[in-house]
Amino acid sequence: MKAEEIAALLSEKFGAKILESKLDGLNPWSVVEPAEILAVCRFLRDDDSLLMDHLECLAGVDYKDRVEVVYIVYSMKHRHRYTLKCRMPREAPRLHSVESVWGVANWHEREAFDMVGIVFEGHSDLRRILLPDDWEGYPLRKDYKFPTSYRDMPV
Amino acid sequence: MQVEYSGDVMTLNMGPQHPSTHGVLRLELKTDGEVVAEAIPHIGYLHRCFEKHAENIEYPGVVPFTDRMDYCAAMNMELGYVLAVEKLMGIQVNNRVRCIRIIMAELNRIASHLIAAGTYGNDMGSFTPFLWCFRDRETILDIFEETCGARLLYNYNWIGGLMFDVQPGFEKKVIDFIDYFEPQVDNLNTLLSDNFIFIKRTANVGIMSPALALSYGVTGPNLRGSGVKFDVRKDEPYLGYEEIDFEVQVGLGEHGPVGSCWDRYMVRIREVKESCKIIRQAVAKMTPGDVQESIPKRIKPPAGEVYMRTECPRGELGYYIVSDGSLKPYRVKVKSPCFTVMSAFREISRGAMIADIIAILGSVDVVLGEIDR
Repeated sequence: MKAEEIAALLSEKFGAKILESKLDGLNPWSVVEPAEILAVCRFLRDDDSLLMDHLECLAGVDYKDRVEVVYIVYSMKHRHRYTLKCRMPREAPRLHSVESVWGVANWHEREAFDMVGIVFEGHSDLRRILLPDDWEGYPLRKDYKFPTSYRDMPV
Repeated sequence: MQVEYSGDVMTLNMGPQHPSTHGVLRLELKTDGEVVAEAIPHIGYLHRCFEKHAENIEYPGVVPFTDRMDYCAAMNMELGYVLAVEKLMGIQVNNRVRCIRIIMAELNRIASHLIAAGTYGNDMGSFTPFLWCFRDRETILDIFEETCGARLLYNYNWIGGLMFDVQPGFEKKVIDFIDYFEPQVDNLNTLLSDNFIFIKRTANVGIMSPALALSYGVTGPNLRGSGVKFDVRKDEPYLGYEEIDFEVQVGLGEHGPVGSCWDRYMVRIREVKESCKIIRQAVAKMTPGDVQESIPKRIKPPAGEVYMRTECPRGELGYYIVSDGSLKPYRVKVKSPCFTVMSAFREISRGAMIADIIAILGSVDVVLGEIDR
């Protein structure tokens, strides 16, 4: 399926919940309302014409005026790819976990929480993953201040 | 696996300094006697925040950092990055560059799989395969050293080309090595793969079903070990892999259920032979040319984003790069294959014996430098 067809299918199914689409770039994407992400992901995985069973990448990106979570999904059967984005305010970004859709989202979401500070509701085990549990701040935020010490040890 | 627990659970930390964790990994084992009720991986001991580094240096400067993720397959790591940036900038490289990149990537795949097989044999109590594998790997590293001066971290693939052309006589050296090496794979099979003790240790252990593997985003030899025929080189070709004839190897379950540790191990051994086939064809396709002709004077991709994935020895390596049109990447996200397979570890190791944890961990072949980045 081509990106245009996937975008059309999503718009048909979710209407105004799909806020914006950009299909002419190297990586065609749609912006989804954060509250709808779980339903959209379930639809992507379970719909017979989509069958996107492989969550390739989940990234948190800080755009200074907002943060985004980017989901890149792929279908092993139909060999097509699509990208979803959720935009949230930088202060206390929250959206629902998609762990129940793809198991791998568990760790990817932990990483996005650890690095960008996005809280995933309904996540079974939302802890820091790469950094120590008592680390302060989110390193991949653009305004992150590098610490000079960690537990009185200079870094 | 269904196990009855007595309820007397002891927590045992395996690692972070443990010879079989292949790096700095801590497994928190909830053991009930010899049975592991739960194995919880704790990662991050090698975390350097590569992604933050990448945001603060210009595009070409990121390449050496990518080497340091999976230091056993550095050629493949940098290849994924340069292909992503080239896709973003719309650069086409000539045939010579493509062929040399394929040869280097496949040689590095062989070297990496040799480490995987050798250390796995070592983990399972067989020391000789380790020595044999490392002996053959040396020849590959010699070829790399002669080409780019480094044996482990190459910085050889540049955006738009290569650091140097290969030395005269390179083709002969590579073909000589393949001629010598192919029979060695059969020797390794006799010594290790078909060894009765080795099969007993690995063939019924750590079963990963295809559904579990897909849900956890497991890729590469681990996914193929579960019988799913998927290879990025075949299914979404890059660099001209579509013109090369090779088979995608999957686990067949000769000894026990499909998706066992033995299957995952064996997929790698079979892949090594396929890599030899690929290298022969790539050497035959090499044409003269300037390997630096498409390197741009100024590497400044247009604003936009790209996701590029390549098949590295441990699975599917993805780079998600966001460009804001400046000289530095706005965001580089690495989708690491070892990271995803490690997230499935808890599922595949549930109910295993303590000694089998080592068998499972060795069979998924992770490199912690890439998980932690």
